[in-house]
Amino acid sequence: MSLVSARGLVKNYRMGEIEVKAIRGVDFDIEGGSFVSFVGPSGSGKTTLLNMIGCLDAPTEGDLTVANQDVSLLDRESSARFRGETIGFIFQDFNLMPVLTAFENVEYPLMMVQNRPASERKKRVSALLDAVGMDEMKDKFPDQLSGGQKQRVAVARALVTAPRLVLADEPTANLDHATALNILKIMKDMRDNSGTTFIFSTHDPKVMAQAEVTFTLEDGTLHDSGKEGRSRA
Amino acid sequence: MRDTLRIAFRNLRRYQRRTILTSLLITAGVVSVLVFTSLSGSFKAMMIGQITDSMLGHIQIHKKGFVASIDNLPLNLTMPPKDAALVEAHLQENPMVQAWSPRVKFGAMLSNFEETTNIRLNAVDPAMELETVPLLAGRVIQGEKGPGSIQPGKILIPELLAKGMKIGVGDQVVIVATNRDGSVNGIPLVVGGILESATGPGGRDGYLHISDAKTLLRMTGNEVSEFAVRLKDFNNLESVMAQIETALSEERNQAGIPRFEVHTWEKLSPFVNIATMIDMMTVSVKVLLVFIALISVMNVMIMAVFERIREIGAISAMGTLPGRIRTLFVTEGFFLGVLGSLAGTVLSLLAVLALNIWPITFNFGRSTGLILRPSLSLSEIAFTIAVVLIVSIIASLQPAVKASRMEPIKALRHV
Repeated sequence: MSLVSARGLVKNYRMGEIEVKAIRGVDFDIEGGSFVSFVGPSGSGKTTLLNMIGCLDAPTEGDLTVANQDVSLLDRESSARFRGETIGFIFQDFNLMPVLTAFENVEYPLMMVQNRPASERKKRVSALLDAVGMDEMKDKFPDQLSGGQKQRVAVARALVTAPRLVLADEPTANLDHATALNILKIMKDMRDNSGTTFIFSTHDPKVMAQAEVTFTLEDGTLHDSGKEGRSRA
Repeated sequence: MRDTLRIAFRNLRRYQRRTILTSLLITAGVVSVLVFTSLSGSFKAMMIGQITDSMLGHIQIHKKGFVASIDNLPLNLTMPPKDAALVEAHLQENPMVQAWSPRVKFGAMLSNFEETTNIRLNAVDPAMELETVPLLAGRVIQGEKGPGSIQPGKILIPELLAKGMKIGVGDQVVIVATNRDGSVNGIPLVVGGILESATGPGGRDGYLHISDAKTLLRMTGNEVSEFAVRLKDFNNLESVMAQIETALSEERNQAGIPRFEVHTWEKLSPFVNIATMIDMMTVSVKVLLVFIALISVMNVMIMAVFERIREIGAISAMGTLPGRIRTLFVTEGFFLGVLGSLAGTVLSLLAVLALNIWPITFNFGRSTGLILRPSLSLSEIAFTIAVVLIVSIIASLQPAVKASRMEPIKALRHV
């Protein structure tokens, strides 16, 4: 059973009077533990697709199953619960909370989403900060960290709840090339250690080369699949 | 909850200047309310004390219909000795009554052998009267301040009459009055003292001994126009009033109408209107505080939500439940209220302390040099803080609900 499965997935939205067909009926399966990238030029529908997989947006048509859950059946509250339990997010702009230290930012999902006890939080956060090489910077606030350091904290935050799936929308867009590769290496190492599935979007060819499975999107359509991707486009 | 408090507190610290300014605004509102309440409360209590303790007493009991005709001081509406004894028995039984004074009130002519004028008189037992209205002695500006100035054969003359008729302590005057049967009688009395006028009903009455009044009015028994009653605790006014009223309501005449009427000082003094106005002004200041807290907290929280839309999108995407996001923002608003109300309370207590060290003096009516000594009750402080905190929560609700309802995808796209 695939971790993510899409059949005839369509997403239309309106921009004023115009209806934009962002995703035009795509089929794909993503296996658990994969390191997957959706690639394509700007406006190809990568972010829309990631948003639907992340239960942040609902499909207009088609079926989308994530971790055995038909996401179209989730209402606002249960969608939030599902995300909190199953999915981790890494954002292009890091989106760390400026009033929290690196440690507290990683701790946030355990504290405010999963209500884990303090002792467990401390153990898990310390282990993850150590794993992404940010242990010594744990008391720094985001404005005291570089872009790469912030994204490492964001990776740790996405993984701290031990999600089955991590979604990263252009995670390296705001980083220099070396730092971007370093972040991808960390993500891959985390996948190897925890078995978490990583799905990220990018339009940087050097970054997409790191993916084990690549889906190429163009004008809302999956054109082909690279490497081991299984597309029914 | 501790984690929510911590994050909310950190978020407030993020916009330190805005937080301080808003808290200062709430602080100013709290100080205004508490200081005004303490000053107005002190003024009200002092004036009520002046009126009840120097003239009226806390409660008065009359024969039914007397108060409606009180301006005429009718002698045909006095309580007969049997009724007066009955009232005294009830007062004797009530453990919350400290003292009472039977009075005969009547109008008379005052002559100094050169001029004649009319005068309103209270005939009293001086010991009982001073026990019931202890500040009466303080109103004696010339002559003996104790019961000696109202001994048989003596009269206390109000200041204005004494000045107008050039009467001094030790002078002889004649009082002429018409009794209930219409016959006129007069007795000579010596001025035992001059009485300072006071604001309110009875503030310009003269006093004489009840035995002299009986002689003058040719009363054979212990007839009484009114009983002035003093309570052990003024705060029990309503309950004692109800007790006395209930006890006396059973006493009815042959037509089945109650023989007595009971009134608190409020029904007998026009000062109650001033007291009501003071209460209304206090409420107005409190309403102002509600608006200050409401607008300032709401403004800050609306700004906070607007400035943190992407952040809200991120925490929402991570799975933070809408209720938690709501709580986070409401807690921030609540903290603003806590900061403002605590600072306001501390400053108010200091202000009240300063007003007790350097008190305000003022004149009211003919009373001069009155000193205001404001105080703040714990219940008043608790009420004000509670109002601010509740209003802060209410003011935060709309922005908090807005934050919790944000679509994470739209919030994350916000620039």
